[in-house]
Amino acid sequence: MYNFDIEKPTTVADAVQALGADEAQPLSGGQTLIPTLKARLAAPSKLVSLAGIDEMKGICMDDEGRLCIGGATTHATVMREAEAHYPALASLAARIGDPAVRNRGTIGGSLANNDPSACYPAGALASGATIVTNTREIAADDYFQGMFTTALEEGELVTEVKFPVPQAAHYEKMIQPASRFPLVAAFVAKFSDGVRVAITGASNDGVFRWTQAEEALSNTFSAEALEGMQADGDMIADLHGSAEYRAHLTGVMTRRAVAAIA
Amino acid sequence: MPKDGGIGASSKRREDVRFLTGVGNYTDDINIRGQAYVHFLRSDIAHGTLTSVDVDAAAGMAGVVRIFTGADFEGVGGIPCGWQVTDKHGEPMQEPAHPILAQGKVRHVGEPIAAVVAESPEQARDAAEAIVVDIAELPAVVNMKDAVKDGATKVHDDLTSNLCYDWGFVEENKDAVTKAFEDAAHVTSLELVNNRLVANPMEPRVAVGDYARGTDNSTLYTTSQNPHVIRLLMGAFVLGIPEHKLRVVAPDVGGGFGTKIFHYQEEAFCTFAAKACNRPVKWTSSRAEAFMSDAHGRDHVTKIELALDGDNNFTALRTDTYANMGAYLSTFAPSVPTWLHGTLMAGNYKTPLIYVNVKAVFTNTVPVDAYRGAGRPEATFQLERLVDKAAHELGVDPIALRRQNFITEFPYATPVAVEYDTGDYNATMDKLEEMADRAGFDARRKESEANGKLRGFGVNAYIEACGIAPSNLVGQLGARAGLYESATVRVNATGGLVVMTGSHSHGQGHETSFAQVVAEMIGIDENMIEIVHGDTANTPMGMGTYGSRSIAVGGSAMVRATEKIIAKAKKIASHLLEASEGDIELKDGAFSVAGTDKSVAWGDVTLAAYVPHNYPLEDLEPGLEETAFYDPANFTYPAGAYACEVEVDPDTGEVTIERFAAADDFGNVINPMIVSGQVHGGLAQGIGQALMESCVYDDDGQLLSASYMDYAMPRSSDLPMYQVDHSCQTPCTHNPLGVKGCGEAGAIGSPPSVVNAVLDALRSGGHDVAHIDMPVSPNRVWAAMHGGDAAKKAVGVVAANAKHNG
Repeated sequence: MYNFDIEKPTTVADAVQALGADEAQPLSGGQTLIPTLKARLAAPSKLVSLAGIDEMKGICMDDEGRLCIGGATTHATVMREAEAHYPALASLAARIGDPAVRNRGTIGGSLANNDPSACYPAGALASGATIVTNTREIAADDYFQGMFTTALEEGELVTEVKFPVPQAAHYEKMIQPASRFPLVAAFVAKFSDGVRVAITGASNDGVFRWTQAEEALSNTFSAEALEGMQADGDMIADLHGSAEYRAHLTGVMTRRAVAAIA
Repeated sequence: MPKDGGIGASSKRREDVRFLTGVGNYTDDINIRGQAYVHFLRSDIAHGTLTSVDVDAAAGMAGVVRIFTGADFEGVGGIPCGWQVTDKHGEPMQEPAHPILAQGKVRHVGEPIAAVVAESPEQARDAAEAIVVDIAELPAVVNMKDAVKDGATKVHDDLTSNLCYDWGFVEENKDAVTKAFEDAAHVTSLELVNNRLVANPMEPRVAVGDYARGTDNSTLYTTSQNPHVIRLLMGAFVLGIPEHKLRVVAPDVGGGFGTKIFHYQEEAFCTFAAKACNRPVKWTSSRAEAFMSDAHGRDHVTKIELALDGDNNFTALRTDTYANMGAYLSTFAPSVPTWLHGTLMAGNYKTPLIYVNVKAVFTNTVPVDAYRGAGRPEATFQLERLVDKAAHELGVDPIALRRQNFITEFPYATPVAVEYDTGDYNATMDKLEEMADRAGFDARRKESEANGKLRGFGVNAYIEACGIAPSNLVGQLGARAGLYESATVRVNATGGLVVMTGSHSHGQGHETSFAQVVAEMIGIDENMIEIVHGDTANTPMGMGTYGSRSIAVGGSAMVRATEKIIAKAKKIASHLLEASEGDIELKDGAFSVAGTDKSVAWGDVTLAAYVPHNYPLEDLEPGLEETAFYDPANFTYPAGAYACEVEVDPDTGEVTIERFAAADDFGNVINPMIVSGQVHGGLAQGIGQALMESCVYDDDGQLLSASYMDYAMPRSSDLPMYQVDHSCQTPCTHNPLGVKGCGEAGAIGSPPSVVNAVLDALRSGGHDVAHIDMPVSPNRVWAAMHGGDAAKKAVGVVAANAKHNG
């Protein structure tokens, strides 16, 4: 780790101001950033901790029936407090990493990082969530723009995420045995006006909507409707799975998610 | 009824009080006043010519004490190799120089090029980043079979090729083996890879060098399994420090698994730099450094063939193995694929003719050496996979085929130069079948199938050679060291004892189990005995702990020394009791005169030894302290049978272990709880190898599995509740305790049964798959199930894994 300054503002406005400094970087749960710093792969002059900003924490339901989660809310909090409102999302949070990760890592950090194998991007994209920042609201369909790439501008913070709550949903994941990130995972959300399916872990383009599956499921919501189907695209090939295998798993995970709720 | 102390009691591990409450004393806990810190600048290129190392800018940076490069070590010895293998032509192996810091070339990613000694670890690291290194990159030698082709790029320019040795064993058997294959009714053959592993002890390596200018004495604190071996190798061969001026301390060590046997550059560097800088120098490995500098394990590519006659008797076996040495010869590397591997190829079977060929190969990878089991897991895996394949091809029961060919009469001289003293392989197989409930398997399989899963049952036998070993024998085989063990037993005036052993405990629980033995011999409470180990200043010259040798060899030395103590104490007691020495009996901590009620307590005798007022001074020296060195007559041969039951998810290829049973014969058992714990740990590592762990290089010699993000270690949730049993006991015939050693069995015995079980499961689903290389990952299982082109395409990952192997 190189030396850096750290600030811990208590409001979003102060955080945004602090991030105006040259080479400043926001620090949320630090589950990706801290290991990166330890490996000396990043050298920010200043870290702006978001952990002291109360207005970015917590869970509530808004007037439109959406589940609203503050950007600095930990996975452990979502696991506990979203259960009553959106069990599939609470279950996703409950299966991220291990207790230490869940007690530090935050939803905003995960979405801002947009790791191609992260869990939350699948939940947000399949739910058709709205990503709220300090300056605007971004639809999930516009937010995820490829591996580690999002619509966020420099210094823009994810302050809140608003999840429409589907009639039923399930997150099915198969883990990569070393990192315990998803090798491939599917989040299926069934709404009254259709089905959304998001796949994480599989593609070099990061999280994506599997529209072919969505169409099939919107017609007939059953695992059988997806028989023999798998997503195509530029799949990840690495030590833990070939591109063909990952493509195959998109079908398996999605069918299992559907079966879990059908 | 279980005993509450002494041999056979499950005494609680006394060392766990400090280990589990955070008050252990590990090497990284040692901080000496005035200490500086070293950071090694390591090569990020696998193979290249070192054209310049410019330290000028770095040398002026804050906190820098001194920067060392290869040039500083030109007059210093390299890291020695402790074992010389002779090839099939009678020629010695090729042995390259192994510098402390790279000289002229870099030969693997992670090789140290320069070392910065600074006031703080951060300053040392900052300065290391400012060193400008210029490397002219050369093609990396990664694949073993390519490495030995004519015209291959050489890892070491001064050697004739990348072949370290071509070993034939037993060369005289070769023609007879060939003939037996020509005459065979059936031949089963198999090509497989024994995957490269990283040991991953919980505690990374650490070294602290200290130098006392006033006395010219050097001290090294290090994470070692064998401090005397380090003192000898480093003192005599690297730094030229005589042993009486060099102390090596290996305090609490958090796991070794073999990788802390070896003498490493960092140890020699810290000792050297402490004197050069006249201040203590400390190095603490990061986990990232551990991946690219701790010796790796396994990494064999093998073709093995079995000949059988018309009655399914094994008539001959031959193997052809490529064994990766990495870029340099680590301390015991040459012995692993030869004397710890070839000698075990008979396994539990009376195969009359065996020929083993091993080609050891240099590559641009981290050196490979012993890892829990060392050679014996490789032997067991190939043999037990092959026997299973033969049973399947012949349509016979795999257990029946094994039983038919088991050795049943002992002692048994194998055709691969070892003599098994005792064993009862049918007894452990009987026990296993009972524990594994083979009879209930079909019902369990039906249940799995009802849940959409495939279920498989796999079994294997194993034998290992432990308690390494007779010095005169290993000397003939090329060992450059003796392999005895030592103990000094010091009895204090008030009756307590201190045992100073040359064995080293790095998690095994010696402080408990060794005390149990002495307590049993004297008939006193275990708490009267302290076990001291790990410091050359206060233990006799010993060879340390590896090869499951501690209780068999170190324990035997301790028994011999204790016997001397008892003999002398009896003389003192006979004087105090005014009785003939031959009439003195020791029982329950008291000496008595046979057939009388006259007795004297242990403590009175020990007090007399140190306060010799009423003492036969004309016949006997005062004091009560004895040393013994024990050199075993043979290896010990633990053996057993393991069974694994798996479920395979046919949609994903995921394998879960539903049951695992281990029936081991360790001879006599000192502490059953500790022995079970050793088996549990070994099983975790064996199952880890079978299903998860894999050290992978790419074609450029870059380590792809360089962190826990990609190197999969098993976790408790990946493992079943084991059934372990060690009630089948055929005591070792040649050591005083009748013990065999239990530390490696789990890692040796478990991988084949896991793979056999997976293949059994796949067969039940109509997928007749001949073999899947370890780790049997979901991707590989899925690809194997889909065969043909799908398998080829899908196992891009497999090809990558095997790239360095061939």
